[in-house]
Amino acid sequence: MQNTDILIIGGGVVGCALARELSRYTAAVDVLERGWDLAEGASKANSGIVHAGYDAVPGSLKAKYNVEGANLYPSLCAQLGVPYRQCGALVVGFSEEDRTVLQELLERGIANGVPGLRIIERDEALSLEPNLNPEVCCALLVPTSGIVSPYELTFALADDAALNGVSFHFGAEVKSVARNADGSFLVKTDREEWTCSVLVNCAGSSSAELHNQLCPEKKKIIHRRGQYYLLDRPARLPFERTIFQCPSSMGKGVLVSPTVHGNVLLGPSAEDIADPLDTETTQTGLDFVLDRVRLTWPGVSVRTNITNFSGIRAHEEGGDFIIGAVPGCPGAYETVGIESPGLSSAPAIGRALSRIIANDRSLARKERTVPFPVPAIPFREMTPAQREQALKENPLYGNIICRCEVVTEAEIVAAAHRPVPARSIDAVKRRTRAGMGRCQGGFCSPRVAAILSRETGIPLLEITKNGGDSYLLTGTLTEKAERRKHS
Amino acid sequence: MEQIITCINCPVGCRMTVALNDQGEVVSVSGNTCARGEKYARQECTLPLRMITAVIPCENSEIPLSVKTAEPVPKHLISAVMNQLKKVKVAAPVKLGQVILPNVCETGVDIIATRPLS
Amino acid sequence: MNREHVDILIIGAGPAGLAAAIAAREDGIESLLVLEREASPGGILRQCIHNGFGLHRFKEELTGPEYAQRDIDRALELGIPIECGTTVLSVSPDRVVTCVSQARGLRFIEAGAVILAMGCRERPRGALCTPGTRCAGIYSAGTAQRFVNLEGFMPGQKVVILGSGDIGLIMARRMTLQGAKVLACVEIMPFSSGLNRNIVQCLNDYDIPLYLSHTVTNISGRERLESVTVAAVDEHRRPIPGTEMVFECDTLLLSVGLIPENELSEGAGVRISPATSGAVVTDTFETSVPGIFACGNVLHVHDLVDFVSDESFRAGHAAAAFIRSSAAPSAWIDVMDGNGVRGTVPQKIQTNPAQPVQIMFRPSAVFRNASAVISCGKKELLRRKAMIFTPGEMVACTLKPEAFEGLDGSEPIRVAIEEKPQEQR
Repeated sequence: MQNTDILIIGGGVVGCALARELSRYTAAVDVLERGWDLAEGASKANSGIVHAGYDAVPGSLKAKYNVEGANLYPSLCAQLGVPYRQCGALVVGFSEEDRTVLQELLERGIANGVPGLRIIERDEALSLEPNLNPEVCCALLVPTSGIVSPYELTFALADDAALNGVSFHFGAEVKSVARNADGSFLVKTDREEWTCSVLVNCAGSSSAELHNQLCPEKKKIIHRRGQYYLLDRPARLPFERTIFQCPSSMGKGVLVSPTVHGNVLLGPSAEDIADPLDTETTQTGLDFVLDRVRLTWPGVSVRTNITNFSGIRAHEEGGDFIIGAVPGCPGAYETVGIESPGLSSAPAIGRALSRIIANDRSLARKERTVPFPVPAIPFREMTPAQREQALKENPLYGNIICRCEVVTEAEIVAAAHRPVPARSIDAVKRRTRAGMGRCQGGFCSPRVAAILSRETGIPLLEITKNGGDSYLLTGTLTEKAERRKHS
Repeated sequence: MEQIITCINCPVGCRMTVALNDQGEVVSVSGNTCARGEKYARQECTLPLRMITAVIPCENSEIPLSVKTAEPVPKHLISAVMNQLKKVKVAAPVKLGQVILPNVCETGVDIIATRPLS
Repeated sequence: MNREHVDILIIGAGPAGLAAAIAAREDGIESLLVLEREASPGGILRQCIHNGFGLHRFKEELTGPEYAQRDIDRALELGIPIECGTTVLSVSPDRVVTCVSQARGLRFIEAGAVILAMGCRERPRGALCTPGTRCAGIYSAGTAQRFVNLEGFMPGQKVVILGSGDIGLIMARRMTLQGAKVLACVEIMPFSSGLNRNIVQCLNDYDIPLYLSHTVTNISGRERLESVTVAAVDEHRRPIPGTEMVFECDTLLLSVGLIPENELSEGAGVRISPATSGAVVTDTFETSVPGIFACGNVLHVHDLVDFVSDESFRAGHAAAAFIRSSAAPSAWIDVMDGNGVRGTVPQKIQTNPAQPVQIMFRPSAVFRNASAVISCGKKELLRRKAMIFTPGEMVACTLKPEAFEGLDGSEPIRVAIEEKPQEQR
């Protein structure tokens, strides 16, 4: 039996943003995550857009937290060393009906307090983005739209929280939640039991299930899968901005966007599915994306595709975020239905919910917090002088492990020793970009596995792609590895 | 009896028909377009031979030792040879061409190192 | 920041880089340096432990490590410095090479000539857009080969191989000999690009079925691979519904093509050919950037290492000549792909070459009883008959300097195959 003050269920971007905020108070905070790393759900597989906030209906929680969250992004990302860029966006229209929708978005944006919005005509749109379909008739120009690396943000939030005392527990899927006689909660995972006085539901796609265990007023999440193409870094980006199509009831439509790392992202599709863990891609879904992208970008080619992936949005039937105390269940708090613009909103949700909890529970601010270390510049982005300095301090910067993304051994070693350390090939990949490039780890994954094994003491045969039973190797040349299921 | 064999000597890949008598001796080869093809077909139908290459874990070395049969050996002995190799222990330094296992499976052929390990 | 200087700097100590270095040194270039990112020289041959290398060059059949060792020994004998564990970060158009190593940190080396010999890499799953899950157990064949042959680990036990290129076939046998079960080798084309010998000795010997005109249409397994779906494809390579077969397996090996590794070349401003994905070069292997040469698989993907060595010796000699002489050719003849031909190298030939010129290309389809014809306007420079031309076998034709007499560059040289293709690629 483990005991803590505040137990957060879910190590996604919302759970980690909240954990970081709560780490500033005098309370023991623990985070349970069912996956084997942070950001394993929608937080790692989304469009990576920091929306400006023109899309949500004025007065909704989505509108409130989106705009507040987007405002927090520039300084938060700078402080945590998370790649973020305000590249701007265009929502493109191809007909007079679309113009009506854009007009509506403009008005909503103004009502939500989004600065700088303006409807531009065909010529201006094409001069800003020459690869745009010339049949475009008008567009909503959104100067404050941004892009971010969503999983890197999650890792940094969690690292900051961990530095300030929060503990993270992986492979910890919550099986049941009950209330003890003293008002505390009893949380059972498949591995251990927890008691806590405050329980926070940040469980993403499973947030409705958890809500329904705590509250008679039921919620329902629709699992909406979105599939993507990620194209190799082109010599010149086809679009400087994120290009949205006019939104529909199924979401914001298919977008084309640069990523913070200079790749091009196409997607997502939108299909309602039964299993929230079913993140496979399908031919139909990928074909749909490509077909829709052609409307925005007739010259699209996926010849330089480097990977496909899908993520699952947690769409709550009511359509808005549900954030705050669980009705009729003192000590329980929740964030339910955090779909787009959830990433944009996460910093604001974390901040707002932490204040509610601190107020309700009379938590005191810590006198001192551990400052977040100055983020290390990736070797690939260093100037020659910075490289020479880095090499002087740590010669492992001289071993290039990932050729495609120019990632050094020093950076992989550092990932294995972060406050929330990397324990798998994918965990290293998302923290360092080793294996993110065009060869998709063909060159570096054996080398990363060897370094990870050396740094963590995990035997090479036990190194996994992504935790659980995702082993890389099945044995030596003479012996098969003994495999026990993770318990 | 007839056997159909695809020639491996060049990209043409002639499909050759080999006629065999009751003693398993080659009576005729047809379908080949060169003499090398006929020679290959005759060998393949009577005693097919294969080179075997493998690696053996090697003490004092970061990489395993790569080895080969010094000459081709009868194809039906491939798995016997691989089983023998599993039992071989070797430690660096090793010279290129060094005999690692003499007369493997009584074939008269040695297993030799194909790289030096220092 | 201090700058070093060498006459010739060679990037990569695989078969191409070693051959180029040996040739340059044999031509009397004292100041040269080979940079290699791995811990030892030899390149991909280090992990190609199978035999079949060297028949053309040495008239005997060697394994990859043996073939590499001959060049390594020769390079050491000649005192050629090879710095391992050193990665080149960039090459500038004026031939300043930035490299880094754990031992010596960051360095800037000015080179009189640079020879690009970085080799190629394997196409990954992403390039195929194969749908399904993103589980463990999906490897390129070369990655699996590295695990088995250089690290002594098995990447899987029940294996399906997508692509019937030689590396895939070799790995089918290799995995089988190490106790894995290879269930199938799946090829989207109606023919294999691998050697007949490898089909016979790597698949047929072990009763591994080869599914031509099939592809993998789905990948499933949440953590480790659990199964792949294989379906027949039509003439447009689209899966045919209803033909799906499911193979339960823990490993999918991809042998679906090689791509020259040209990031450094592009960074130096070297023009890249869309047909070869390698640099556009002259008959002396000089790229569009003066003094930067390219050879081996970084220039165009070869089938045989013997031809890589041969090409790279010539590139090494050419770089040595470049260092010695300032006279650049004044007139050029363009070389174009004609009917049935793709990726001719070189793309430019000087009007009066001093050395014989080798023209290499890949047939774009299977042609039987056809002729390779090299012509310029009405003048036929070379005609060579063959029983078969296939995309899996690069064609190399050598033209003597006399063949170019009277050509002034006003018309391009055209390389073509005469005869109708019987199997459309």
